[in-house]
Amino acid sequence: MRIVVLGAGNILLGDEGLGVRAIERLPHAYCLPACIELLDAGTCGMEMLEELEDLDALIVVDAIRASREPGTLIRLVGEQVPVFFRTKLSPHQIGLCDVLATLELLARAPRYTAILGLQPQSLALGMELTPIIEAAMPELLRLIVAELGVLGVHPAPRCAALTS
Amino acid sequence: MSQRVTIDPVTRIEGHLRVDVEVDGGKVRKAWASGQMWRGVENILIGRDPRDAWAITQRICGVCTTVHAIASVRAVENALQLELPVNAQYIRNMIILAHAVHDHIVHFYHLSALDWVDVTSALRADPGKAASLAESLSTWSGNSKAEFTKVKDRLSGFVGTGQLGIFTNGYWGHPAMKLPPEINLIAAAHYLQALEVQRHANKIVSILGSKTPHIQNVAVGGVANALAVDAQSVLSVERLLAVKTWIDQLADFVKNVYLIDVAVVGGSYPEWTAIGRGFVDYLSVPDIPLDGKNTRFALPGGHIANGDLASFKEIKSHGDAYFRDGVAESVKHSWYQGGKGPLHPHQGETRPQYTDFQDDGKYSWLKSPTFYDKPMQVGPLSRVLAMVAAQHQPTIDYATHALDLVSTVAKTKVGLEALHSTIGRHAARAVACSVAVDQLATQWDLLLANMAKGDLKTFNKPTFPRGEIAGFGVHEAPRGVLSHWIVIADGKIKNYQCVVPTTWNAAPRNEKDEPGAYEACLVGTPVANPEQPLEVLRTVHSFDPCIACAVHVVDQETQPIVRVEPT
Repeated sequence: MRIVVLGAGNILLGDEGLGVRAIERLPHAYCLPACIELLDAGTCGMEMLEELEDLDALIVVDAIRASREPGTLIRLVGEQVPVFFRTKLSPHQIGLCDVLATLELLARAPRYTAILGLQPQSLALGMELTPIIEAAMPELLRLIVAELGVLGVHPAPRCAALTS
Repeated sequence: MSQRVTIDPVTRIEGHLRVDVEVDGGKVRKAWASGQMWRGVENILIGRDPRDAWAITQRICGVCTTVHAIASVRAVENALQLELPVNAQYIRNMIILAHAVHDHIVHFYHLSALDWVDVTSALRADPGKAASLAESLSTWSGNSKAEFTKVKDRLSGFVGTGQLGIFTNGYWGHPAMKLPPEINLIAAAHYLQALEVQRHANKIVSILGSKTPHIQNVAVGGVANALAVDAQSVLSVERLLAVKTWIDQLADFVKNVYLIDVAVVGGSYPEWTAIGRGFVDYLSVPDIPLDGKNTRFALPGGHIANGDLASFKEIKSHGDAYFRDGVAESVKHSWYQGGKGPLHPHQGETRPQYTDFQDDGKYSWLKSPTFYDKPMQVGPLSRVLAMVAAQHQPTIDYATHALDLVSTVAKTKVGLEALHSTIGRHAARAVACSVAVDQLATQWDLLLANMAKGDLKTFNKPTFPRGEIAGFGVHEAPRGVLSHWIVIADGKIKNYQCVVPTTWNAAPRNEKDEPGAYEACLVGTPVANPEQPLEVLRTVHSFDPCIACAVHVVDQETQPIVRVEPT
């Protein structure tokens, strides 16, 4: 079993970086087994091709603009995944979208793909998340862990004293 | 009657560039290039520690992470007048070159070849004929009939499902598509093989850079790689030997596939050697430093005026005042507060003032850079012309080899002059890539030889003085001249500006209302069908646009025009 949890987004643009921030925080909050790789993809494209080949599952964590209240948890799976890439819900999936299309062409696409994220509040310049998004981050981490649960992987939470 | 065509966005990957052209009598008469996203990443750096700037600036763009890291540390080192251990230069050089090779391969095959290659036509090809043709041109092992048959079957399956996926946006059957089915099949096969080969370049970056896509090993003062002849945890000879294997595989592909494909495509589209010339003022900077002070280089660079190689003026070091004093940026046609005329980057300001798209006023988030008051073309063509002018023999040899093959395919003599064109920019990129992959092997040799002498030093610790210092870092990045400009006061960043390659090329009109490189090169481009402006894309894509660095991502779900929260 090989699972990649990929954080996408630009950390220079406020909440746009929430996907990267989520995968930075995940290993501090949970004990992750070796089958899980965390990938800080930023806004990259083809450089990620190799890391994403022949995966059992790909979990993309990203800022998702779905016209909801800022901080709303969003989970897209199954038929919603291609819709995500077609309708530009995220500003930097252009690169990621091409990588996944290329993996399809090579017949090495992930066997399961889920996209998890939050509706961002602000994409203004800055390296911090907005307070609303900051407050929703623990929920986002739980959503990632729940998704791993769907795949049969159950990371244990670390001691709260370590994560504070 | 003239027609206005707006293409938004024009990039296949990364970023957001809008191009407007006025078409009259089947040709472009007037053009505007507009960056549609706000740039202002520099503002985030103010007040921060200069030692962190490289890690932050490499987040500007998803394609050019490495190049911003390099230009940034060089800017700080220039400000400090800090000399580097040569090992650090060799390691950085290998990262730079591997990244460039990766970028050029991906650009040609995956981001622009489909402007010239009709994948659906490949389904009509005879794999046997394709193999005979390809084997007559090259020693590459992936040109067999069996390989081409396999690729044709794979494409048939893909096209048969109606799910073209990555090929969806191609202009199949467009009247400007002229390659015979066999060449289309060869190119499609190489498209797929390039996907396999590009990973070698990426692995080199990730081994030397400790991580990919964002490298971790750079530091102001050198690199963080610990070198060792035998230890496991560091950059050992064993790991370096793996790197050498990948270099050799890349070199085989670049010289026996990429360079040849570009020549064959170029020779099959000879009319494109007369399209996309624009203005022929070229700027590049020397790179691949061979000493710790950035004064001796493997690859020369400089300025060429009006396409005349005899006018070549070399930029001699990374601290050369000739470069430093020549650069200025105008915001007369950009969505920033201006009124002060063109500003040197050390005095540069980044204060947004969005209007709307005004043909004769402000219409872009890109600033308009000039070199001694003139707009410049930057990129592989500038680089190759400078290296030819500087009598760099490997460049002359690869350029001659490519142009001879173009001449054979086109059945007419095609010389260096043909490079000043849309297809010429592709040819120059392939020549530059061939030079880069050889240089990658040379830098590997230099590193190993120096380690063998017992020199394992990779870092000189920087110290920041009280008071104000300024510096600039230049890098001949895959897309051309990149410069970062820094002012440091009491150890903190006071001002920071990035003048990136795509800003030079995709610049809007400047202070004197002269067009930028894209705008100039588009004039005269034929447009057979304004509904499918493939020819316009060919010229724009020949520059390898990467607007993501030039400005950054704030596009909206459905609106073509950006709105940005003022900060």
